[in-house]
Amino acid sequence: MANQTADSGSFEELAMPLFARLYSFACWLTHDRAAAEDLVQETFMKALKGFSSFKQGTNFRAWIYRILRNAFLTSQAGLQVSISLDAEDDASLEPATEENPETVFLARLESESIQSALAELPVNFREIILLCDFEEMSYQEISLAIGIPIGTVMSRLSRARKAMRTLLAAKLQGASR
Amino acid sequence: MSCDLHREKLGAYADESLSPEDLAGVENHLRGCPSCAAEALALVQMKRATRAAAASLTLKPEFRMSPDFRQKLEKSIQGSRRPLWKSSWMRGLAAAAAALLLIAASFAVLTGHAYRDQAIAESLDLHVATLASSNPVDVVSTDRHTVKPWFQGKLPFTFNLPELQDSPYKLLGGKLVYIEHGPAAQLLFEIRKHQISVFLVQNDERLVPAVTAVSATSERGFSVETWSHAGLRYVMISDTSPADVHALGELLRSAGR
Repeated sequence: MANQTADSGSFEELAMPLFARLYSFACWLTHDRAAAEDLVQETFMKALKGFSSFKQGTNFRAWIYRILRNAFLTSQAGLQVSISLDAEDDASLEPATEENPETVFLARLESESIQSALAELPVNFREIILLCDFEEMSYQEISLAIGIPIGTVMSRLSRARKAMRTLLAAKLQGASR
Repeated sequence: MSCDLHREKLGAYADESLSPEDLAGVENHLRGCPSCAAEALALVQMKRATRAAAASLTLKPEFRMSPDFRQKLEKSIQGSRRPLWKSSWMRGLAAAAAALLLIAASFAVLTGHAYRDQAIAESLDLHVATLASSNPVDVVSTDRHTVKPWFQGKLPFTFNLPELQDSPYKLLGGKLVYIEHGPAAQLLFEIRKHQISVFLVQNDERLVPAVTAVSATSERGFSVETWSHAGLRYVMISDTSPADVHALGELLRSAGR
């Protein structure tokens, strides 16, 4: 019986430390508490079910984030945004000109403006910024979690950050007026 | 040297994802190029601000998870695991357990690597900024009975300051700062012309985790000592010796009791 406890602790040992962060990430994707809880619940159940197919010794965090992301994409809310998700040429939010760093002096930025800018970003930009800056994943991990090559991780990140700065600059200008 | 070449690499530089060769090249370039250096700083600031803003979403009432959600989830994990275990336990349970231990160990390494103490990182930046400032403190006083009351109403917590009369330390003053987007006290002390900053911030499960034992380290050449007591996290930073920092830490700890 002791072995059973040890075994049953193992999935939890890997997954439970990620619980709060996965919930945060789910909130950022869904923007709804109940939907986020459902998404985390579904993710943990799917991960547990598929745990035997998880290649031991590989990256568990990237693996479970990928499950969460796929669960989100097949959910009702996810279906509405999934069209834009893998579109690489989303030019609508790209700045017309290169932003001058001085125009976006971030020390002046409130947490609120950053949160609303993040929320306004298209999901593919939002998720990659969150995985990189909030989850502090390496490019390799992000590549595994989203299922895109590392080169695409870097280019998408760069475009996501430009879009974010454009949004923030607009907010700053709006606020100072 | 072409700036365009390095601009591409600045994002990876801010993400600490450059190869050692690229890193050396970019750092060398940043030393001589103010515009790239400003861009790199902006990227790092944005990264840091994003991290803090992203983390604070679930502190908002509308995103706070239901109190029993975690418990429910753990129950359903246990509930759905049992049959799975029964069907598969015959197949090399010992090997599976060993492999899981290995994953757990590599996971510990992974999270240990990814985890950075943001409270220390931000305190370091604030200390460096204080050293460079012409107005290092907002309340200028060597009297603890002046400095402590100044923080009243500015902070959601209070603290005790030690009597320094018979010690080599001098209180210079204090100021209100923000660490992980929460209000914090910065106290400035002096010993033999070296300044020591002491930061006090509330422990928060997600942003500023408690540190159970006193921990002394060296970060970017500064002596750093940190501990938690009574719901507050203390971070001391100075260019003086670790022993000087520790002795002041002892005074603060005895005053805090």
